[in-house]
Amino acid sequence: MQYDEKRLTRIVATDCGSTTTKAILIEWVDGEYRQTIRGEAPTTVEAPLNDVTKGVINATNELEELARLKYNNPNIKFMENGEFVIPRNGDIGVDAYVSTSSAGGGLQMMVTGVVASMTGESAERAALGAGAIVMDLIASNDKRMNHEKIERIRHLRPDMILMAGGEDGGTVKHVVEMAELVSGADPKPRLGAGYKLPVIYAGNVEAQEEVKKTLQDKVDLIVTENIRPKLETENLGPARDKIHDLFMEHVMKQAPGYNKLMEWTRGPDHENVPIMPTPAAVGNIMQTIAREENIEVLGVDIGGATTDVFSVFTDEHIFNRTVSANLGMSYSISNVLASAGLDNIMRWVPFDINEGELRNMIKNKMIRPTTIPFLLKELVLEQAIAKEALRLAFIQHKDFASSLKGMQKQRDISEAFSQSTSGATIVDMMSLDLLVGSGGVLSHAPRRNQTFMMLIDAFLPEGITQIAVDSIFMMPHLGVLSEISTKAATEVFRKDCMLYLGTCVAPVGRSKIGKQALHATITLPDGKVFDEHIPYGELRLIPLGVGEVAKAHLKTSGGLTLDSNKSKELDVELHGGTVGIVIDTRGRRPFGLPTEKAQRISYLKKWMRELKVYPEEILA
Amino acid sequence: MAQAYSAGLTVTDNIILRKERVLPLKGEVLVQKGDKVKAEDVVAETLLPGKVVPFNLANKLGVTPAQLQNFIKIQPGQQITKETVLAENKGLFGTGLFKNVVYSPVDGEVENISSVTGQVLLREPRIPVQVKAFIDGVVTDVIPEEGVIIENKSAYIQGIFGVGDETVGELKVIAKSPSDEIGVGDINDSCKGKVIVTGACVSYEVIEAARNHGVAAIITGGIDDQDIKRLLGYDIGVAITGHEKIGLTIVCTEGFGKINMAQKTYDLLKQFDGHKTSIHGRTQIRAGVIRPEIIIPLDFEHEELKAPEAAVPVLKPGTMIRVIRQPHFGRIAKVTALPEELTKVESETMVRILEAEFEDGTKFSLPRANVEVIES
Repeated sequence: MQYDEKRLTRIVATDCGSTTTKAILIEWVDGEYRQTIRGEAPTTVEAPLNDVTKGVINATNELEELARLKYNNPNIKFMENGEFVIPRNGDIGVDAYVSTSSAGGGLQMMVTGVVASMTGESAERAALGAGAIVMDLIASNDKRMNHEKIERIRHLRPDMILMAGGEDGGTVKHVVEMAELVSGADPKPRLGAGYKLPVIYAGNVEAQEEVKKTLQDKVDLIVTENIRPKLETENLGPARDKIHDLFMEHVMKQAPGYNKLMEWTRGPDHENVPIMPTPAAVGNIMQTIAREENIEVLGVDIGGATTDVFSVFTDEHIFNRTVSANLGMSYSISNVLASAGLDNIMRWVPFDINEGELRNMIKNKMIRPTTIPFLLKELVLEQAIAKEALRLAFIQHKDFASSLKGMQKQRDISEAFSQSTSGATIVDMMSLDLLVGSGGVLSHAPRRNQTFMMLIDAFLPEGITQIAVDSIFMMPHLGVLSEISTKAATEVFRKDCMLYLGTCVAPVGRSKIGKQALHATITLPDGKVFDEHIPYGELRLIPLGVGEVAKAHLKTSGGLTLDSNKSKELDVELHGGTVGIVIDTRGRRPFGLPTEKAQRISYLKKWMRELKVYPEEILA
Repeated sequence: MAQAYSAGLTVTDNIILRKERVLPLKGEVLVQKGDKVKAEDVVAETLLPGKVVPFNLANKLGVTPAQLQNFIKIQPGQQITKETVLAENKGLFGTGLFKNVVYSPVDGEVENISSVTGQVLLREPRIPVQVKAFIDGVVTDVIPEEGVIIENKSAYIQGIFGVGDETVGELKVIAKSPSDEIGVGDINDSCKGKVIVTGACVSYEVIEAARNHGVAAIITGGIDDQDIKRLLGYDIGVAITGHEKIGLTIVCTEGFGKINMAQKTYDLLKQFDGHKTSIHGRTQIRAGVIRPEIIIPLDFEHEELKAPEAAVPVLKPGTMIRVIRQPHFGRIAKVTALPEELTKVESETMVRILEAEFEDGTKFSLPRANVEVIES
């Protein structure tokens, strides 16, 4: 059901994250939908409260108070007796309340397939696309012994299992064998001992009966269409829909307070609006941008516990999502240190710090995840850690976002000499049009220039790429809002959510520090011309406001290239933003930082000063 | 805003505790409602299903899965030993020559036989599992076949982080003050089986000495990240702990690094020096948060077992707080004001702050997120 401004004039949307519950108010003001107020409170899945709705109430209280201040109207109220008043009646109540959630560890799944890189990977893609964390992929060919697989299944305790395997008419034996292993393990759900574990079977249609015989007494078996009916076809939709249904029916009901929250999320006619897993909502939004603008998009949402990367590449707009379950800025911050290593974090820090002090700081953030960096030094360190979390999550994404493996591919003569194979990544930073960041550390960085630098340092965009950020972290909210009003979600997205930071120009190739790299002639809207021969190893910031466009003539030297056609000279339009145009001649493929500490710190300071990333006192 | 919700850890000399002690699978409850139990008593037990051994019988016998049923000698549910014949063929031309006999590789039970894959699943004998009471108290409820609810009155401290599982011992406060840091020489045979309190920090060497002297658990203000890594042999990536088998349990009350133990926590431990203490290091900082607990059971009358509704820690002028991040990490102060507007702090982050005053009268302001409420 979709509504317009006649029925929807005031909406509260929340995202119950693992650390904080973020509430936004969306209102129909002066003939348009706008996001007007934002509030937040710690998520309350921890004792003594153990009830997610308490955090929602606290965040909504903050919204109410700020609304009263903003409109100078002491009568404004969204809730009465601890519940939302729906629909709105003058100052009291809202027309709808919607929510997303990743609290309680989100949706944790295990997937199975016959060949790990084929049906297994398709199952993984379906689970990830539905917003799940994939705890493990178990496949017939994954080199573990059968008893090891059984032990693993028993040990994992997922929220649900997705089983794929075999194209229609293909292997039955291997699929049934996997069902036997699942049956033998007799897995128990992670939350709540009172119900059977949901298992979705989306494999070879001819194995359905045997799988039913093997499993239906032990688990709650749901059979749906084959996820990989043919080797060259993926059919993720039906399995993904089943995952969403089960997430609501089984998993959410087990988390503290969710029964109540599920009753709260309602539209103007009191119809239920299902709570959506946060990543599924963000995925919705990313796909909408790519489709509507007809562009390639790469997006990231870095949270406290996980980092999600979304991409839409190729002419067919192929969507991929990966979740790095243990890369995040609070609960998982210590794992970023363990995965990236101290040296990789320190390479982004423009000062020296005692190693023990840094390690203890990171661990303290892990155990007290809701704290905020007060000291400038701590902010710089957290942003250095964020760069590594983003970089590692992106590596995982590139590996995963690939063409279907195992397909026969006919090649023409031009392809015969290229390296492209089935299963190669479809992520191409050179053809990428837009890089979007979201999540606390990116959306709430005190300076947008910091967000810009975190994104380009972590993702290393190539050629010409627009950079944007979710202004105050509201993509999840809008993703679920679009279920009842695409109009409201789209308007708010364009006007308040998507904040263009500017454009990054980064020639690709290797050269020598100081050697001529790029001659940029940029004519700004006011007629002024930026004209500089920029050496290799530099950054330049040219201010250009939101909505402004500059005409640029770019000419590289030393074999550096600017686009997929390996052009060395280009005339292009560059779009501005709150930061502007950033020219990055630090090199790509490879990008490297000086290894010697003093030299590296000196370069970092120079770049950070040029981009006005931090106050001068920390760069002095 | 006159007040705001704030997270905090509980430290109290008097709480009505309610602990659910349940089996991982259904089993037998060994106590009854109203029974008084000791921490060491077993309250429920069950038999966990044994390890599953998949065994491709068709392959072993050299027949197809469909043919297997002609040769199989077992059926699902049947008890087996290593002498049990699972299947045998009739040999060459049915003469018994070159007859192939397959014996069970394990003792246990037949779980499943598949004519599609030719695989049999054998289950090893069940493994007994017991659940202990963990705290002295009264059984106030029995969950049939699953476990019990035990209640008591206790002095209670929630830790911030820990390693190691449940244990019980007598409390022994070695540290002379919350800022004290004890040495290896302070650990001796008198510490055996005890829960010792070490002050602001515990070094790797002291932990080693404690292990060697059979200490049950250590309570410390802080611990160095590198000492934990050395102790466990790996770096903790995500804080899900409690399963470590390191010979003792460690509970930190403040965090990582050398951090003075909160005065209130130290005073409480000192007050109950010599008392029986139940303690665990289980920490899980996501997906249903679990914090380590230090539980010192007190004498009580049955009528006292009425748990008050969980109170929400609230920040308001006059609330005592502890700073939980730099600057001023660990210091105690009193809230003086809670300004509504967002305020820019040193890092240029715009946050909701609170204004507060240290005991010496110095005033300061900090993000509200960087303090926790100390319950009075």
